[in-house]
Amino acid sequence: MRTRHGSSTVILLAPACLLFALFVIYPLLRGVALSFYDWNGVDAKVWVGLGNYRELWADPVFQTALANNLRWLACYAVAPALGLALAVLLHQRLRGMRVVRSLFFMPFVLSQVIVGVVFGWFFHSRFGLLNEILGAVGGPHVAPLDSERWALYTMIVAGLWPQTAYCMILYLTGLATVPDELTDAARVDGAKDPSLLRYVVIPQLRPVHFVVSMVCAVAALRSFDYVMIMTLGGPHNSSTVLGYYMYEQTFLSLRYGYGAAIATVLLGLMSCIVFMLLWHLFYRERS
Amino acid sequence: MIMQASLALLIAVASVVCDAVAGTLVVNANTADPAPRAAWEELAARFQAENPDIELRLNIYDGESYKKSIRNWLTSAPPDVVYWNAGYRMRQFVGPGLLEDLSDLYTPAVKASIHPSALDLVSVGGRQYGVPYTYYPVGFFYRRDLLQSAGVDEWPRDWEGLVAACVKLKAKGIEPFAIGTRDLWPAAAWFDYIDLRLNGLDFHTELMRGAIPYTDPRVARVLEYWRVLVSTRCFSRNHASSSWQESQALVYTGKAAMMLIGNFIVPNFPADVRDRMEFAPFPAIRPDIGRFEEAPVNTLHIPARARNKDDARRFLAYVLRADVQEALNKATLQIPVNLRSAVAPDRFLAQARDLLAKSDGLAQYFDRDTSEDLASIAMKGFQEFMMYPDRLDSVLAAIERARQRIYGSAPGAGIPK
Repeated sequence: MRTRHGSSTVILLAPACLLFALFVIYPLLRGVALSFYDWNGVDAKVWVGLGNYRELWADPVFQTALANNLRWLACYAVAPALGLALAVLLHQRLRGMRVVRSLFFMPFVLSQVIVGVVFGWFFHSRFGLLNEILGAVGGPHVAPLDSERWALYTMIVAGLWPQTAYCMILYLTGLATVPDELTDAARVDGAKDPSLLRYVVIPQLRPVHFVVSMVCAVAALRSFDYVMIMTLGGPHNSSTVLGYYMYEQTFLSLRYGYGAAIATVLLGLMSCIVFMLLWHLFYRERS
Repeated sequence: MIMQASLALLIAVASVVCDAVAGTLVVNANTADPAPRAAWEELAARFQAENPDIELRLNIYDGESYKKSIRNWLTSAPPDVVYWNAGYRMRQFVGPGLLEDLSDLYTPAVKASIHPSALDLVSVGGRQYGVPYTYYPVGFFYRRDLLQSAGVDEWPRDWEGLVAACVKLKAKGIEPFAIGTRDLWPAAAWFDYIDLRLNGLDFHTELMRGAIPYTDPRVARVLEYWRVLVSTRCFSRNHASSSWQESQALVYTGKAAMMLIGNFIVPNFPADVRDRMEFAPFPAIRPDIGRFEEAPVNTLHIPARARNKDDARRFLAYVLRADVQEALNKATLQIPVNLRSAVAPDRFLAQARDLLAKSDGLAQYFDRDTSEDLASIAMKGFQEFMMYPDRLDSVLAAIERARQRIYGSAPGAGIPK
C-alpha cells in the first residue's frame, strides 16, 4: 500500500517537477553561470570570474537601484496595514457589501501596466489631471515624475493602490475563517472592539500576516512594470530598481553577463527576505 | 526574464522549422508601424509576382523586440534576409563575420545609382555588406507663424541667430524648443548637431567609435554651447517625463515653436497646422566646417548562416532598383537611397532630399553610431545635463568612464572602422 502510494505520488508530481526544473531551475542556474562571463550576445563569452560583481560593487547606478528597492520595500509595509483596515471595515454583514468589496478589489484585477499608464497620465507634468486640478484651485504646478527625489515615490503610490487591494482580499478571506465563537466569547468576557481586534482577531490571522508580508516583499523587490511604464528609471537612473537595471543592462546595453550578475544579486536578496519570513513563521509556530 | 528566454527559444524553434522548407525565402522585418508595414507587404507581393518560383515569407516584428532578437537569429538559425541599420550597427556584426559580403550586387552601374554617403555606410574595407533602402534627415520642424509673431521673419542662419530667436520667442511667452527626453534619444540629436557644426564629421566619427575621450576639451565645448540654450531656458520645461510623441503636441497647440526631430514626424502634423509648419537645417556654428547632416539609413542584409542566399540576393537586387525604392518610399513618405528614384510630391520631402543631396557627409544618430552600452549611458548623461547644466563636468566624466570600460583606455583605441 505504502509503495503504491509512493509511486503514484512520484508519477503525479513528475510533470510539474520536470517543467519546474526545465523552465525555472535550469534557466536560473544558467543565469547564475552567465554572471561570471562578459558577453555581448554575439562574440565569444569571456570568463571574468567575479569581475561583474566587483564592477557592481562600485557602480553608482547599482547602488541607487538597490537603495530604491529597499525604499520600495519599506513603503510597501503600508499595504498590509491599509489592507487590514479596509478588510475589517468591509467585513460586515450589510446590504450591498459584496458590491462595495468588489469595487475595492478592482485595482488588483487591473493589469499593473494599466495602473502604471493611468497614474503616469495622472501625474504627467504637462498634460496630467493632477496639475489640471491643482491649477483649477490655484495650487502650484508640480512635476513629481521629473524629480530625482519624487519619481520613485510617485511609482510606489501607484503600486500601493492595487497592492492594498490584494492585501485586503487576503485579510477578508482570513477574517472569514476566524470562528464566531471566539469573538462571541471575547465579547462575553467584556472585550471592546479595539482590544477584540488587538488580542483576538489579529493573532488569529497569523498565517495571513505571513502570506501578506511575503507577497508584499516579493512585489516590492521585483517591481519592474511601474518603472518600465512610468519613468524608464529616470530622470537619469534616479528611480531605477534592480529589476529594471537588469533589463536595461541585458537588453539595451547588451551586457548579458552584467545583467545576469544583477539578477543574481536580486535573487539572493529575495531569497534572504523570504528565508527570514519563513524562519520567523516556523519559529513562531514552534514557540 | 524566464519569459524572455522561452520566447527566444520559441522564436529559434520556429525559425528552424521555417528554414527547413526548401525554396522559401524567409525575410524578418522590423517595419511594424502601419505605413511601412503596408508598403513592405505591397513590395513583397510585387516581388512575388515577378518571381513566381520563390515563396517569400515576410515576418514582421515590433521594432524594440526585433532589436533584442536579431543577435539570437544571427548567431543561431537566421532567416535569409534581415532588416537593420547602416553604420556602427552593421559594422558590429560584420566584425565577427555574421553578415554576408554583398559586393557582387554592387556593379559599377548600381554603385553610381546609390547616394555615395549611404554606399559608404554599408561598406567595410571597400566591400559592401548591406542594401540601403531608405533614409530620413533630422532637422528643425517649426511653426512659421509663431516665429513671425515673435519677430523672427527668417530662419536663423547661424548659432547667434538661433539664440536670438529663442530670446524673442521667450519674450512672447512661447517655449522655443519642444523636446521630450523620457526616451533619451531626442536629446542626442542636439549633441550630434552641435558636435557636427563645431568639430566636423571626422571628429564626430572618431568620437563615436570610441577613439577620443569625452573629457577632451572639444567635447566639453559642445556642451558649453548647448548650455547656453539650457541656461536661457530654451527647452520645454519638464522634458524628462515626456516622450517625443507627447512633446510634439506642444508645437501643434502653439505652446512651443520648434522641434529638432527626424522627418518621420511629418505624417503626424494635424491638417490645420501642416501649412504653418516649416523644415530647416541646423544652423551653422563655424563657417569653416562643412554641412554635415544627421540622416539614419535603414538597410537589408543577408546573414552569413542563411540557407537560401541565392534567392535572398535576388530579393536584395530587387530592392536596390530605382522603381522599387521609389514605390516603397512614396508609401512611407521617406527618401529613397537610389538617386534615380523620384520622391513623393511633399514639400518637406523635397526640402529634405535637397538638403541631403547637398550635404558634405551623413551621421547616423548617436545611438546608431556608437555602442548601445555607451549610448544609453551617454544619453542619460545628456538628459541630466539638460536638467542640471552645472553638472557638465561630472556628466562627461561618467561618460568617459564608460568609454574606457567599453573601448579601452589607450589613446586611439576603438572598434575597427
